[in-house]
Amino acid sequence: MNKKIIYRGAEAEICLSKYLEEKAVQKRRIQKSYRIKEIDSFLISFRTKEEAKLISDARLYGVSVPIIYDVDLNEGVITMQYLEGKRIKDILNDLDEKERKRICKMMGKSIAKLHNNDIIHGDITTSNMILLDDKIHFIDFGLGSKNGEIETKGVDLHVLMEAFESTHSQHPDCFDYVLEGYKKEFSGNAGTVIKKIEDIVKRGRYR
Amino acid sequence: MISLGIEGTAHSIGIGIIQDVKGKCNVLSNNIKTYSPEKGGIHPREAANHHANYIADLISESVKKTQIDFSDIDIVSFSQGPGLGPCLRTVATAARALALALDKPIMGVNHCVAHLEIGKGTIDGCKDPVLLYVSGANTQVIAFAEGKYRVFGETLDVGIGNCLDKFGRSKGMEFPCGPKIEKLAKKGKKYLKLPYSIKGMDIAFSGLLTAAEQYVQKGEKLEDACFSIQETTFAALTEVTERAVAHTEKNEVLLGGGVASNKRLRDMVKTMTQERDASFFVPSQDLCIDNGAMIAWLGFLMYNSGIRMSIEESVIDQRFRTDMVDVNWRE
Ligand SMILES: Nc1ncnc2c1ncn2[C@@H]1O[C@H](COP(=O)(O)OP(=O)(O)OP(=O)(O)O)[C@@H](O)[C@H]1O
Ligand SMILES: Nc1ncnc2c1ncn2[C@@H]1O[C@H](COP(=O)(O)OP(=O)(O)OP(=O)(O)O)[C@@H](O)[C@H]1O
Ligand SMILES: [Mg+2]
Ligand SMILES: [Mg+2]
Repeated sequence: MNKKIIYRGAEAEICLSKYLEEKAVQKRRIQKSYRIKEIDSFLISFRTKEEAKLISDARLYGVSVPIIYDVDLNEGVITMQYLEGKRIKDILNDLDEKERKRICKMMGKSIAKLHNNDIIHGDITTSNMILLDDKIHFIDFGLGSKNGEIETKGVDLHVLMEAFESTHSQHPDCFDYVLEGYKKEFSGNAGTVIKKIEDIVKRGRYR
Repeated sequence: MISLGIEGTAHSIGIGIIQDVKGKCNVLSNNIKTYSPEKGGIHPREAANHHANYIADLISESVKKTQIDFSDIDIVSFSQGPGLGPCLRTVATAARALALALDKPIMGVNHCVAHLEIGKGTIDGCKDPVLLYVSGANTQVIAFAEGKYRVFGETLDVGIGNCLDKFGRSKGMEFPCGPKIEKLAKKGKKYLKLPYSIKGMDIAFSGLLTAAEQYVQKGEKLEDACFSIQETTFAALTEVTERAVAHTEKNEVLLGGGVASNKRLRDMVKTMTQERDASFFVPSQDLCIDNGAMIAWLGFLMYNSGIRMSIEESVIDQRFRTDMVDVNWRE
């Protein structure tokens, strides 16, 4: 099997691969020599396991994610469906306002579906969403967890808010659209989650 | 141009005098006086009183040391925020009085941006870094993106310095505890598993703090706890920095803040940059901690780019956000 690296991220390398007859990608977490072995091995296997589990869970609850084909905890490798679509990060700024609003609301609805089932993504950014067949697919669940607390859900959305501020700052309405979609779909009281986001903003950032 | 800068956002009052030489920062003098509370944390009003007591003498001393006359000063810069209200007010009042007395322009600057600009201004090759700013209260990853300096990651609870100080104090160490923890950690061998908490590019430390304290209560060696705290928190700091580097596609990392003195942290960040073929920079110790020279330098950059500030506009801002600064001195 020949392997072509298509992306080298902060923690993992993504290569194109095949699983049976299907186009697949392998996400391989790389050892980091700046941290001690104990921490390194723990993080690599823990996140690989967590990511595979959360992606499978998310699928059960109707959120679009890649199909997981294989998981190797020792090597820290997940083999999954290749989503041949476009990263939201790369297209969002160039959409017209109406379409951008539609995409952002869709995003909010999917996040609410995750949160309804206590799935915390942990790194919701537009580089971790791929648009394919007019559905937003979520990837990169390695920093995620299962957690029902309002606080944790607020932190999860706060990450996205920050991502919008740093990569889509010319469209300041995006996050509001996301919240609009989120409110529609969230089964609990979305107001308390949004209040949490405001608290987090007040706590951090300004010292 | 010669710029005098006054820093006083928290513990330290600093007066720096700089001159620009071909686009670089030449530090003529940089004096710092630090208020250290006998026990407990910082009391904003006491710190402000401390600053008020020393500020006038520190200014005259600095000018004398630099062998310039007051009339040689072209601009008075000061830290406008973010920081503790009483401290900021003391500094701003002094800056206004000095600017009016000398009849020279005043320039309020953002403290966090100053930490980044001083690296660029004084280190060759440092042009567009991701800054890991680690001090007592602040823990932020800052980089230039889409026309502004932006915070990519930060602590969700306490700053890393405060985290170390809290742990140290609970074990009877004297403030500042960071250097003592560093020393003890060298003797530690056994890794005690601690919570490692990263959300996106943000970090949380408080869970780890509690867990580390419990280990010691249960009889684990203090040096092992110190070792484990450093290894865990610094790995997390290095990881978020690396993520910011990857996401912004930059190839320079700059360290700043008091915790940047820590050798283990430096080594970890350096190793990370080497593995990514990126450059690694740390300013000299006196430019890493809160200091007046960095304020003076940023004030100069802003003035030189055409920005002007009236006395009315020089009000302090305790919550001065990094991305509120209009950066028109960079192309
Ligand atoms: N299943 C997939 N199908 C198509 N492309 C993918 C898939 N998984 C990952 N990618 C591509 O690889 C990139 C990195 O993947 P991922 O975000 O999982 O890695 P990472 O190293 O955790 O990244 P980060 O630096 O964001 O933490 C994605 O932004 C996407 O472009
Ligand atoms: N060698 C070291 N290792 C770890 N921490 C250190 C070391 N030296 C100093 N520190 C820590 O650095 C902090 C002081 O840094 P600095 O003077 O930049 O910040 P500050 O004025 O307290 O905070 P801020 O600028 O956020 O208000 C203290 O928390 C101290 O424990
Ligand atoms: Mg990713
Ligand atoms: Mg990731």
